[in-house]
Amino acid sequence: MRKFQGLYHPSYDHDACGVGVLANLNGYKSHDIIRNAIQVLENLGHRGACGCDPATGDGAGLMFQIPHAFFRKECQLINISLPEVEEYGIGMVFLPRDSKNRVWCEQKVEQTVLAESQVFMGWRDVPTDANQIGELAKRTSPFIRQFFVKRGKNIENREQFERKLYVIRKVIESAIYQELSGDDFYIVSLSSKTIIYKGLLRADQLGSFYDDLNDEMIVTALALVHSRYSTNTLGSWQLAHPYRMLCHNGEINTIRGNKNWMHSRECSLSSALFGDDITKLSPIIHEGASDSAGFDSVLELLVSAGRSLPHALMMMIPEAWENCEVMPDNKKAFYEYQSCLLEPWDGPALIAACDGNRICTTLDRNGLRPFRYVVTNDDFVVGASEAGVLDIDPEKIIDRGRLEPGRLFLVDTERGCLVADEKIKYEISSSKPYRKWVSNNMINLEDLPISSATPGYDKKLLREHQQAFGYTNEELEILLSPMATEGDEPIGSMGNDTPLAVLSNKPQLLFHYFKQLFAQVTNPPLDAIREKLVTSLASSIGPRNDLLTETPEHCRQVRISRPVLTNTELSQIQSLNYDDLKSKTLPMLFRKTSLSDALEVAVNELCIKASRSIREEGVTVLILSDRGMDRDWIQIPSLLATSAVHHHLIREGLRDQASIVVETGEPREVMHCCLLIGYGATALNPYLALETVRSIASDGLIDCDGTIAQENLIKALCKGILKTMSKMGISTIRSYHGAQIFEALGIQQKVIEKYFTWTNSRIEGIGLQEIEIEYRKHHSQGYPDRPLPHSPLLEDGGYYKWRADGEYHQFNPQSVALLQNSTRLGDYQIFRQFTDSIDSQSQHLGTLRGLFQFKKVQHSVPIEEVEPVQEIVKRFSTGAMSFGSISKEAHETLAIAMNRIGGRSNSGEGGEDQERFDPDSNGDWRNSNIKQVASGRFGVTSHYLVNATDLQIKMAQGAKPGEGGQLPGHKVLEDIARVRNSTPGVGLISPPPHHDIYSIEDLAQLIQDLKNANDKARIHVKLVSEVGVGTVAAGVAKGKADVVLISGYDGGTGASPESSMKHTGVPWELGLAETQQILVQNNLRGRIVVQADGQMKTGRDVAMACLLGAEEFGFATAPLVVTGCIMLRKCHLNTCSVGVATQDEKLRKNFSGKPEAVINFMMFIAQQLREHMAMLGFRTVDEMVGRSDCIEPKLAINHWKAKGLDFAKMLTTIRVPEHFARYCCEVQDHQLEVKLDRRLIKDSKESIEKGSPVQLNYSIQNTDRTIGAMLSAEVSRKYGERGLPKNTIQVKLKGAAGQSFGAFLAGGISLSLEGETNDYTGKGLSGGIISVFPPFKVNFTAADNVITGNVALYGATRGQAFFCGRAGERFGVRNSGAEAIVEGVGDHGCEYMTGGRVVVLGSVGRNFAAGMSGGIAYVLDEGGVFSTLCNRESVDLEPLVNPEDLSELLRLIETHVHYTGSVRGKEILGSWSETRTKFVKVMPVDYKKVLLSKILERGTKVETN
Amino acid sequence: MGKVTGFLDFDRVELESREVLDRLDDWNEIGTPGEVKTLQEQAARCMDCGIPFCHTGINMGKGPGVSGCPLNNMIPDWNDLIYQNRWQEALQQLHKTNNFPEFTGRVCPAPCEGSCVLGINSKPVTIKSIECEIVDRGFEEGWINPEIPDKRTGKKVAIIGSGPAGLACAAQLNRAGHTVKVFERADRIGGLLVYGIPNMKLDKKKILQRRLDQMTAEGIIFETGVEIGKDIPAANLLNLFDAVVVCIGATKPNNFLQNIPGHDLNGIHFAMEFLTGNTKSFLDSEHTDNNYISARDRHTIVLGGGDTGTDCVGTALRHGCKSIHQFDVIPKPPLERLQDNPWPQWPAVYKLDYGQKEAKAVFGADPRRYKTSTVEFLNDSFGNIKAIRTIDLDWAAPDKGVPFSPIKGSEQEWPADLVLLAMGFTGPEETVLEQLKLERDPKTNIKAKDSTYSTNVKGVFAAGDARRGQSLVVWAIQEGRSAAREVDRYLMGNTNLP
Repeated sequence: MRKFQGLYHPSYDHDACGVGVLANLNGYKSHDIIRNAIQVLENLGHRGACGCDPATGDGAGLMFQIPHAFFRKECQLINISLPEVEEYGIGMVFLPRDSKNRVWCEQKVEQTVLAESQVFMGWRDVPTDANQIGELAKRTSPFIRQFFVKRGKNIENREQFERKLYVIRKVIESAIYQELSGDDFYIVSLSSKTIIYKGLLRADQLGSFYDDLNDEMIVTALALVHSRYSTNTLGSWQLAHPYRMLCHNGEINTIRGNKNWMHSRECSLSSALFGDDITKLSPIIHEGASDSAGFDSVLELLVSAGRSLPHALMMMIPEAWENCEVMPDNKKAFYEYQSCLLEPWDGPALIAACDGNRICTTLDRNGLRPFRYVVTNDDFVVGASEAGVLDIDPEKIIDRGRLEPGRLFLVDTERGCLVADEKIKYEISSSKPYRKWVSNNMINLEDLPISSATPGYDKKLLREHQQAFGYTNEELEILLSPMATEGDEPIGSMGNDTPLAVLSNKPQLLFHYFKQLFAQVTNPPLDAIREKLVTSLASSIGPRNDLLTETPEHCRQVRISRPVLTNTELSQIQSLNYDDLKSKTLPMLFRKTSLSDALEVAVNELCIKASRSIREEGVTVLILSDRGMDRDWIQIPSLLATSAVHHHLIREGLRDQASIVVETGEPREVMHCCLLIGYGATALNPYLALETVRSIASDGLIDCDGTIAQENLIKALCKGILKTMSKMGISTIRSYHGAQIFEALGIQQKVIEKYFTWTNSRIEGIGLQEIEIEYRKHHSQGYPDRPLPHSPLLEDGGYYKWRADGEYHQFNPQSVALLQNSTRLGDYQIFRQFTDSIDSQSQHLGTLRGLFQFKKVQHSVPIEEVEPVQEIVKRFSTGAMSFGSISKEAHETLAIAMNRIGGRSNSGEGGEDQERFDPDSNGDWRNSNIKQVASGRFGVTSHYLVNATDLQIKMAQGAKPGEGGQLPGHKVLEDIARVRNSTPGVGLISPPPHHDIYSIEDLAQLIQDLKNANDKARIHVKLVSEVGVGTVAAGVAKGKADVVLISGYDGGTGASPESSMKHTGVPWELGLAETQQILVQNNLRGRIVVQADGQMKTGRDVAMACLLGAEEFGFATAPLVVTGCIMLRKCHLNTCSVGVATQDEKLRKNFSGKPEAVINFMMFIAQQLREHMAMLGFRTVDEMVGRSDCIEPKLAINHWKAKGLDFAKMLTTIRVPEHFARYCCEVQDHQLEVKLDRRLIKDSKESIEKGSPVQLNYSIQNTDRTIGAMLSAEVSRKYGERGLPKNTIQVKLKGAAGQSFGAFLAGGISLSLEGETNDYTGKGLSGGIISVFPPFKVNFTAADNVITGNVALYGATRGQAFFCGRAGERFGVRNSGAEAIVEGVGDHGCEYMTGGRVVVLGSVGRNFAAGMSGGIAYVLDEGGVFSTLCNRESVDLEPLVNPEDLSELLRLIETHVHYTGSVRGKEILGSWSETRTKFVKVMPVDYKKVLLSKILERGTKVETN
Repeated sequence: MGKVTGFLDFDRVELESREVLDRLDDWNEIGTPGEVKTLQEQAARCMDCGIPFCHTGINMGKGPGVSGCPLNNMIPDWNDLIYQNRWQEALQQLHKTNNFPEFTGRVCPAPCEGSCVLGINSKPVTIKSIECEIVDRGFEEGWINPEIPDKRTGKKVAIIGSGPAGLACAAQLNRAGHTVKVFERADRIGGLLVYGIPNMKLDKKKILQRRLDQMTAEGIIFETGVEIGKDIPAANLLNLFDAVVVCIGATKPNNFLQNIPGHDLNGIHFAMEFLTGNTKSFLDSEHTDNNYISARDRHTIVLGGGDTGTDCVGTALRHGCKSIHQFDVIPKPPLERLQDNPWPQWPAVYKLDYGQKEAKAVFGADPRRYKTSTVEFLNDSFGNIKAIRTIDLDWAAPDKGVPFSPIKGSEQEWPADLVLLAMGFTGPEETVLEQLKLERDPKTNIKAKDSTYSTNVKGVFAAGDARRGQSLVVWAIQEGRSAAREVDRYLMGNTNLP
């Protein structure tokens, strides 16, 4: 393996991209397909990326059928005489450039072919032209050759030959990878059917690089193309797609688990088709393979072993079948059966796979990637990530469509047709009696006998156990009681300021040394509440049989509906005692009196017992239990036991033969359960937590009885587990199970390797001995050697709230008092006392930076020579806190302060009142220069965007990364509703993902959109620190963001689930160091500003951040404290007594903050930074950025846990060439000059200046993206929110528009498009009018035709949009004021909508109106099935009878016809009196209430008048 | 927390005291128990802060005042329990940090309330009254019973002094299983609690005694009338016990006036002499033995503005003094916090304590006079005090290292038959210290580390005013508990004591 510098590891890389497929349905081969494929690739170019050197792409490739004539001709030239078609295979190979290695590899290839009894025919050098490719690509380019293998005599048929070629490839790889890395040798393809040409190329370079592709003799009926966008740029040829069978756009979130499970299956694989060859296939997935490569490997295995391509894809990416009531039963049975064999590969994915004759494309269950296709009347099919990638005469088109979530799209050249999803799935699911198999073999948990009664508890025993398991008072009050009462996870606020577990002086649970990972940019988190229908917590317990065969016994398992078990349910599992399903309980305990290493010995013994039980007793369910914990026996940490057994069994090849169930007193919060499941437990029984809530209930402390309390607790835990999964974008627990979506923070590598294999742990830390000490401490709480007489009370805890003998908090009584007093009095000496109290962490190791000290590597400079505070403070900003979470007074105080000193305040996500955009008469300016764009898009209008110097895309927030938010109705006051474009009193939801960012290339698109919406602003991307954030930052830099913000996990917030605040993400120190290292290494650092924030409070904090790589700094909690916050931690309750984080009028009067105090704070911090700079010898901040050589770990760390930490990787200085920048010194090239909008602006100059009407005409194509945004910016700057009078600038366009057509379109502009549009049409529509209609001469029905992509009108606030045709998923998502008409929509239509009108004149997909809280939708329900497709949790469905509604609808349809000429619209108008009865009015319940009360209010006013 | 909006729904209600003029007729406690409903509402005002400053107990300002509770009482926790009507659990929580909440609930100046977050822009929670009611109810309900350790360790500990520090230390060590003997030179147990604080503030027969009964039942041995250093040589204890804790208080009174003319006249007494005699006579005979210094019909002047001075005022009033004045050298505190005394510092503001309130009721005015220094005690020519002469101080004009200077021509004469010196204390008495050869700190207190409470002599520990200097009862309890923890660690190698 390669050695990597610093914190980077290639497993953190992500990619995403554009995919295209082309085929002739009849299998007619032509060179046209190749030519068109290359054209498609070029038109998808913007979905790929370039690295530091613009000529080097991230990868592009092409797969097609082997053109026999071409190779016969070519081989003749080199004296190879090819046999007949199908009698030979071609290997395409990347070989080492070094000739000695190359010859060695070639020999291995030849030897293997011979050893497998096939005929090696020879090598061909592939002609390439490296002239046009980039420097980096050239430097890393391999030697590319092809070899030819003739079918041996022992092979009977083509399929068997293909299988043999697969075996040969695996054998060669295994042999060579023992010596060389994948960078040096790589078999691109080896097949008798297909061949792949790919490389580290830009989309437009493929054709010129591989000269073969231009040869007219290269003909094919099928082609797959791919253009790659990778987060890193360290060139890699083999990572380009296609892989052997597929191209992939998206990301497999559960890859770690999928790999683990595959690994454990290898021993049990058997297949008659392979015979003895099966053993040669290991490893199925090479360690270090990317998610796409891993997927490819398993797909290839399944297909080689005899399953059809669609069958294999259905197994790996099952559609959402669990909650689907309308699914045919045999299909459901098929999926349930398959779920016993294979866990889903979960994540956003568009997979396009080819087996030589068929191309099968499938989309993940959430439909998170786009795929649009066109079929022509000459049997040509082209499908791609975007519409319009190929210029096709509209008259030839007979079908235009899109792939829907979970569906298959099959081009079968053998059958000569497109096979519909229903048809192919019906064929496959009825090929075997799956329903019968499932009914006969699967057991429901509730049908099992209940064994013995569970042991009872008295008060004393309960208290002892609680103490021995380390329960605290706080946990009972803050976690367990609310869960038991509400069935929901508890909410807290103001972030986390306690130390990491490894720095804590208090004994910790092992759980707390892990942090949850979360989806960020490269894949989206999910909304497990509003999009529940795709999620599932159901799974099954029992052994798994061989993956390659299908027998009835394969589904001999016990169904469980959720992973948290009651005592009764556990006892039912304990009672399992059949021949093929047998459980056994293994105690996870160690003896108190045993001497040193007791824990280690006990864990190892437990592992051996586990494997022995499986091997010798045929046990299929292992129950790990700490029920026996008592005075003499101490519990083994349940996480350690679970993961140790899990990995031990994987290593022993036994993992598939038994499930692990954990019976433990330890877990009591969501995070604990998630860890147990993530490290291998199928289910757990948290008996002590259950007992605790029962006792809380029976003591009358909560308002429910014991059983309900227990049920509520389980419900809350399960909800939380689902939430945690969805933070990573994972939908089903089957794929979360064992997926290890965590990073360890503060655990020794040795422990990780042995017990938590393949978990990221970057700073070392404690070993088993320390863990044992901690657990002994817990235990002695319950069983002290010298008990005191009075009834023992639980420890207080002090993790959530400060307590004198609780956990250390950086914000404590002293620090808050000193900070407030010093900044109010302007007293630098007192401020010093404050910072000393934070910085001198000799007793309390608060933070990682607290363990560092400065190292002088050069002479100090006089402080007078250091840049002045006035310059330094310009690098400061305040954190994103929305007006809504904090009060108007607090929000404006921060803005005024930052504007006075030239820093920046941040609007937060709630929009901003226009009246703040211009300075006040007294000279103060309340405008926030950073305007945030978050997933809710509240008040994000063109006018909002132009009134900023910085636009910040919030990908995540420190306190709850991967989650959305909710502003309850009672907090949505008049003012707040106004700036958020919503209705007062109606709750608002910020979705977990940005619905226009499901991958890195989507983010690049949003960056582009915002840059267009305000070309003068810097575009920020806010990320939260986690492992791999550096590679994401590199992707962000390549996506042309101007600033990347690395936020710590500990940030404050208005409201967040407690488990998110404590357990998700990592400190900024780690993320920042990683970011700096990777940006520098990739030579991207010069292009992007790096900002850091997260609980920064002192000049020393800032200095550390600067040395680790930041040049700008953010502060949020500290300035809030300066304005009066006293960490009440009640923001979520609206009762902030000092008026900072409340909307309560009365409390807001208590606000006493002053801009002067905030300014003092900023100036003091800057002054302290200067002092550090002078000492370290830096005159400017720029010089200081990234100088991690000026940091060293404190020498005398003698904390018993922290002393094991190792910061070498973090503090490494990356070795790069001299000219690589270490801080931002260039500007990104946004290529705005070439935009169509420049012409629009030029051509409508007079209109903008004088308001005179103008009409313009242009033709466009899919590479013309974000049309209209830049023009809108000009209008908004001049005319403000209202824009120009309607239709002042009329633009007529022809063609297929690129993404974000009409984004942020301002009032007075209308775009009229003859053609079609891609995703994000009308995003943030701000008053303009968009109309899209097909050309007049087409051969399909417009209303059945997909005319616009996914996520149209996301966050639209005003204006109108008319679509003559159907739209994709999430039409009108978060629309808050626009009017739109469309003739059919996909899933999740009108999701989160808060205002405006949507009219659908055709069928809708599932989950319509999920989370919709305002506005009205009118849906034409001709089939009468709408009510089953609508998510009715927040809306009522009403018949359309009210004359006001009817006239509104009529007006809208008439306008639709006016703008688009819609045939559908005309038909409806033609039969209006009849059709109007078929409309359903979708009315949000809360919205209705508010409207009603307004009407009543108006009524009473009238009366009193 | 109980009620999220409690602080918005309810105003602070001061718990009832008895009518001022009524209570002057007897020596019973001035307070009355609060109504449950009121107390629950008052507890509901607690905001259960993320940082409960009330529970802090550290010095944050320039002055000696502490912010929050030195015992780190779990104030938000028990406020919540009271709101929920869970008194017994509240009692457990209270006892977890405080052995004697009935003492602090009566005599503590409540720094907790001074740093209450609600006090920033409203009135603080009535923490002290709630504390007092929790424990009083606990006694009434019979929830407070002897807590006798299961096992005895066989280790013996001597505690010298039975004030709040000694008692807290004894209680803790006894529960940890050690055999504890407390030596008290007075005839009654309690030190300052019994003789320093007058009965109307802390009832001896009922309130103090019930706690002492509990401790006795738990196995603590009290020896009264035995003065270590006199009756038993202090060094002997080292042979008889495994550890010795010195909790002898800071009983040497300050006397800034010992050089001014007339300081030795009859009728000039230290406050403690006055208060002790009064309480002893009351307890022995309800004052019928007349064995006390009476202020009856005497012009009484108290020099010193602290709590002891207030107690002198209250006592003198009950005796039926002819007039009462109280002089202090400092300026009158402001009505509101000054800018350099911000929250959560101890609020240095003007307050009317019980004694002054009573004086005002009787004589129509606050008896205190500020910026007043005594320059002479005047003789009635029989060796008795007749009057004192004072001079006013100018705090705007510091002089020769002192922060004030006398204002020429401002002298005044005040008739006086009884003068009580309540100007604080300087440190512990010497005898025990000398016999044990204990080192002292510059302020003459016993030198013992903050972290271990151990002195320079192995096995000898010190706690309370003897170690930290004159202070609050709440600090004494805190010191006694902490010292107990360290003694336990010293004796056993580890400790479970908090």
